Amino acid sequence: MSDLTTSAPAAAPKPRNQWLDVWAQFRTHKGAVLGLGFLAFITLFAALGPTLWGVDPGDLDIRNKDVRPIYHMLFDSDAKVSWAHPMGTDNLGRDIMANIMQGGRISLAVGWTAMILAVFIGTLVGVLAGYFRKADGLLMRFTDLVLALPLLPLLLVMMLLFRDPLRAAFGPENGIFILIVVGIGITSWMQTARIVRGDIMALKEREFVLAARSIGTPSRRIITRHLLPNVLSPIMVSATLGLATAIITESALSFLGLGFPSDFPTWGKILFDSVDRMTAFPERVIWPGLAISLTVLAVNYIGDGLRDALDPKIRGL
Amino acid sequence: MLDDTPKPLVRVRDLKMHFPIHAGLLRRRVGEVKAVDGVSFDVMEGETLGLVGESGCGKSTCGRAVLRLYDITAGEISIDGREIGTMSQTKLRPIRPTMQMVFQDPQASLNPRMTVEAIIREPLDEHTSLSMAEKTAKVAELMDAVGLNRKFAKRYPHAFSGGQRQRIGIARALALNPKFIVCDEPIAALDVSIQAQVVNLLEDLQEQFGLTYLFISHDLSMVRHIATRVAVMYLGKIVELAPREALYRDPLHPYTKALLSAVPEPDPALARTSGRIILQGDVPSPSNPPKGCNFCTRCPAVMDLCKEIEPDYRQVQPGRFVACHLYNETTTTADQTAGTGA
Repeated sequence: MSDLTTSAPAAAPKPRNQWLDVWAQFRTHKGAVLGLGFLAFITLFAALGPTLWGVDPGDLDIRNKDVRPIYHMLFDSDAKVSWAHPMGTDNLGRDIMANIMQGGRISLAVGWTAMILAVFIGTLVGVLAGYFRKADGLLMRFTDLVLALPLLPLLLVMMLLFRDPLRAAFGPENGIFILIVVGIGITSWMQTARIVRGDIMALKEREFVLAARSIGTPSRRIITRHLLPNVLSPIMVSATLGLATAIITESALSFLGLGFPSDFPTWGKILFDSVDRMTAFPERVIWPGLAISLTVLAVNYIGDGLRDALDPKIRGL
Repeated sequence: MLDDTPKPLVRVRDLKMHFPIHAGLLRRRVGEVKAVDGVSFDVMEGETLGLVGESGCGKSTCGRAVLRLYDITAGEISIDGREIGTMSQTKLRPIRPTMQMVFQDPQASLNPRMTVEAIIREPLDEHTSLSMAEKTAKVAELMDAVGLNRKFAKRYPHAFSGGQRQRIGIARALALNPKFIVCDEPIAALDVSIQAQVVNLLEDLQEQFGLTYLFISHDLSMVRHIATRVAVMYLGKIVELAPREALYRDPLHPYTKALLSAVPEPDPALARTSGRIILQGDVPSPSNPPKGCNFCTRCPAVMDLCKEIEPDYRQVQPGRFVACHLYNETTTTADQTAGTGA
């Protein structure tokens, strides 16, 4: 024992920053790196695109309607293409690329906000139900209750009931944004809550929680310091799935015509508008569809890589 | 007598810890598991009280209840002169640094998501207002004290061996300079070669910091090595408490005799001659203990009286307590002296 102690004091080198290790582990996951790259690209595309591209997505240009995407030039020399509209235009002559950019802003914003809201509510309910036995029965029955509601009809009713008051209070766009985000958020937290509750219940019986209690750590810090980091993986998984569900639900609402106003493009709405003439102009469905699925896929991969990177056991430290 | 009875640091009187059993459709309370059922003992300052007994007899529950990790059913616990038996957890918090715990499973008792430094620092974060640099220095000191290399401070528990992890657990328990440490089978999950290291470390630390231990174990030879006095538990009760030498030389309670006869004898010649007492039957359920003495269903020296009346836990010789009807005569004669003196 003493020989161990004597060797130690010789000025320990400054330890590495742990986030560097997390990043190093994250980089070993190819899919996650690709996903991060794509997410950065699509976010920049939506955020900066409209200022750089400078075309108003609502601009009607009836003479240039039904322009095909630029790659049609390769196999069809007669196709109506134009470098001014690389992704083509729709049946009213609106530029599709500008629409995808503008729609991306809304879809991504709705997806992220609704997902964060859902994960927050789900984690909160799950932690409270799992940690405090007294709250368990009530909270989980409430979760079951919400889970038993048919979601789409519920959302439709919410839209009908609250659309006008919210529009009046926050303006037409912000009002509907809040309505959609809250609607999706409060109808998709239940899975997270159940998973988190189960994990917390198993974790709180572990000895390290007892050890924390013997130190005198209060419950709120036991939760934040010991329990939450250990349920990070399932939360991360449900968060990535939640983002996907939120984007898709928003698309479904827009598709049903109950989302944003008609002159307000979102990916789901573009998809909805193009379905009628899908056989003649498949690219109008493909562009928003591709954007939705690739974003969801990218986020899933990022979640996967992040989960591995944050686990010290996998990181091999 | 006078020199080996300094003032008790921990006083436990009639401690009871019952866990309710809920059953049926309405989850009604149908009974209770009497994990600890009326336990009394003192732990003197600077001594090691060994607490032994078979699996499920309530040793660990007793240790945890003494630290008030549970809300106890009944009884008094006083540590360092302060009564903590009925204190609320919030009021208890400032007293927590006095008493700490080392856990059985070093794998489970360390948070896998925290570095060693963060684990040892947690008590400091909770109870001191030191700066980050001071905390880091203190953690390094503690790591030295338990024989861990300082360089490993930023590593995670899974990178350590069982013995090293137990040292991390010990360092965490030491962080607040406690007076009293409950060691809940600290060596049960370790290899034999590591057991000795950890026990010696505990002894060194006791000497260095003047610690008082409640050492819970089922390893009788290890308890013989480390304990000053030994208490034997059976089915939620202490059946015998005596100084180490006296207990191992001359056990009084039939259960203690049986337990000690189960310790392997290294000398084969002696092993052949020494008679093993083999108990018949199983331990009764702690939710439904037998009438009278808890041990009456398996006791080789059972009398009719044992099945009717529960024996008192009393002092039969100076410093030796036993709960058994076999020693009734000795106590009745000694009652005039001991009864008034105690």
